[in-house]
Amino acid sequence: MAFEYAPAPESRAVVDIAPSYGLFIDGEFGEATGGKVFKTLSPSSEEVLSEVAHASAEDVDRAVAAARGAFGTWSALPGAERAKYLFRIARIIQERSRELAVLESLDNGKPIRESRDADLPLVAAHFFYYAGWADKLDHAGYGPDPKPLGVAGQVIPWNFPLLMLAWKIAPALACGNTVVLKPAETTPLSALFFAGICRQAGLPRGVVNIVTGDGSTGAELVAHPGIDKVAFTGSTEVGKAIARTVAGTDKRLTLELGGKAANIVFDDAPIDQAVEGVVNGIFFNQGHVCCAGSRLLVQESVQEELLDALKRRMATLRVGDPLDKNTDIGAINSAEQLARIKELADSGEAEGAERWAPACELPSAGYWFAPTLFTGVTQAHRIAREEIFGPVLSVLTFRTPEEAVAKANNTPYGLSAGIWTEKGSRILWMASKLRAGVIWSNTFNKFDPASPFGGYKESGFGREGGRHGLEAYLNV
Amino acid sequence: MSDHRLNVLKTYKLFVGGRFPRSESGRVYEVTAATSAPGAAGQGDWLANAPLSSRKDARDAVTAARKAFGGWSGATAYNRGQVLYRIAEMLEGRREQFAAEVAAAEGLSGARAAAQVDAAVDRWVWYAGWSDKVAQIAGSANPVAGPYFNLSTPEPTGVVAVLAPQESSFLGLVSVLAPVVVTGNTAVVATSEKAPLPALSLGEVLATSDLPGGVVNLLSGRTAEIAPTLAAHQDVNAIDLAGADGALAADLETAAADNLKRVLRPQPVDWSADPGTDRLLAFLETKTVWHPMGV
Repeated sequence: MAFEYAPAPESRAVVDIAPSYGLFIDGEFGEATGGKVFKTLSPSSEEVLSEVAHASAEDVDRAVAAARGAFGTWSALPGAERAKYLFRIARIIQERSRELAVLESLDNGKPIRESRDADLPLVAAHFFYYAGWADKLDHAGYGPDPKPLGVAGQVIPWNFPLLMLAWKIAPALACGNTVVLKPAETTPLSALFFAGICRQAGLPRGVVNIVTGDGSTGAELVAHPGIDKVAFTGSTEVGKAIARTVAGTDKRLTLELGGKAANIVFDDAPIDQAVEGVVNGIFFNQGHVCCAGSRLLVQESVQEELLDALKRRMATLRVGDPLDKNTDIGAINSAEQLARIKELADSGEAEGAERWAPACELPSAGYWFAPTLFTGVTQAHRIAREEIFGPVLSVLTFRTPEEAVAKANNTPYGLSAGIWTEKGSRILWMASKLRAGVIWSNTFNKFDPASPFGGYKESGFGREGGRHGLEAYLNV
Repeated sequence: MSDHRLNVLKTYKLFVGGRFPRSESGRVYEVTAATSAPGAAGQGDWLANAPLSSRKDARDAVTAARKAFGGWSGATAYNRGQVLYRIAEMLEGRREQFAAEVAAAEGLSGARAAAQVDAAVDRWVWYAGWSDKVAQIAGSANPVAGPYFNLSTPEPTGVVAVLAPQESSFLGLVSVLAPVVVTGNTAVVATSEKAPLPALSLGEVLATSDLPGGVVNLLSGRTAEIAPTLAAHQDVNAIDLAGADGALAADLETAAADNLKRVLRPQPVDWSADPGTDRLLAFLETKTVWHPMGV
């Protein structure tokens, strides 16, 4: 017997989106030089949410100058005082978390259940965690009285707009740096709301500057001679371009890039838990996750049982209105990303893998892609090698733990991996062999401000989170 | 018996995969003693013909280093520490040979050259002791907000290309090599270009110190010829640019971006000073493992 779900939308009234937003430079909102603007859409409806200033090179220059101007005073503040600003920010985020969650779901397309229960709590927690470090840096293991780097240029992606902002800004400020942050072109709004939070917190002018724009704005920022540090989260391709830009300069660089994580299920794993983990691994946030478990490696002996259970579970996933509290999978973030997912999924079929998706009614407006899995995937297929960044799972099989390790590591990426087995010694053996920065055993896609996150190989370098995350913003 | 005996000269060879090959190119270059006059480098007496490594030699060395990585990184930290200590023991027994080579290579007095060798021996000992301690200073148990065990541990980053310092041909070399391999990385080293002989002799020490073949590979030759191949190599995970000058270093860093190698930029270093942990930590990855807690 099938129960129908009544619509359960979260109210939009909690958030007030202005028709236009300027750049946030030196504590003030202002238009871009030249007056260029771009529109930000709700990907679930294609409705225009707001018009946002498109920063020019001149604006980037002004923002860097503002950050430089603020650096002396900010870095000279006692750590305990910097901490209190960050604690204030954490508290205001908690107070305004429902508003920010709705805003994030509108601008990004992610389900409110995730923005409300994952993104926003983690954002506040991240500021709370690094606030506490600001006056304890002497004890962080980087020598006595470690110094900040200066001005950090930070470029973040659209998949977790406010969370990636928190990962960048919280440790930077705690260590005494000032920042110029460029949010992603398709999701600028939560960063601009964050600028408002900085004002509510009384953060000194110029400590945080937000410049909105497209990739060209990001390129201006990372190439600007006035910054001391570049932090980027995004695609491996852009990460490499940034590494080339920074080569030969004194700028420090940390990169958190793409992934093609293996989620490895052994025959002794509890099937129902593993299925939940696999679903969470690839369909969380529409698969727009750099550490998504996009390759399922299942032991041959349980392949059939696992795939049957997985398909049954996938058929219950609810795709639709991001603001509906019952929605599991929201909208794809942009038309461009949707086209990329479609192209790669089509290549899977063309290369001979078998495609399956549950019957799934998709809304007529907006950008949507049904949860999809491919079986009969070989390691040579593009869908096994390239990051799809969408709700598409490629299933491969293995017989022995050695084979699982070899297949899991057979990628230039190395961000994360999952292991599902009841045998503790096998978990630890596998964890030691997998070349990836985060290993989730009998769980997946767990994040915490105290837990370092970052990749091996072409998934980037440097860590965000935990004591390790301080190193990216200290002159050590 | 004659009172004048003709001494036996050594053929200096590369050290790759635990063996001592000549350059596959068949090329050599003349190595001369440094003279004490500034700017007179290269005008000293002939010392040896050193192998002039080719790009193919560099690729072969990377293959050897990759092959050795699994075993070396999988060895216990205690074992790696013992091997490094063994290197110090072997070197101690050959102090005089190395002091003579360093004196000729760097134009130092006998006493100052001996001091360099002693410092190099001590450096191996110092790093040997780090093998089973680095995880305790670089790792962490992370108190996450949920019922999870969460542990971060450092792991070696893989195959590391090392451009050894140009001036400090032996102490400098040991100071950049030991921190790379003690944590489980394997290394391909471009030795000091004009003073490669102490480095090539180190290969003989490494070969008799229980160090598995391929963990350290030593290439003499032109840095500007070998280094671009290493910097661009897709199976090299990191590069230490200590021995590259500014313009070359920038080019190499650009090439290294192609597979996002970890890059340690050149910086002024006093090789006789306490090295600290910077080089030790520069070629580590942090791995964080989560597991749920429950009954």
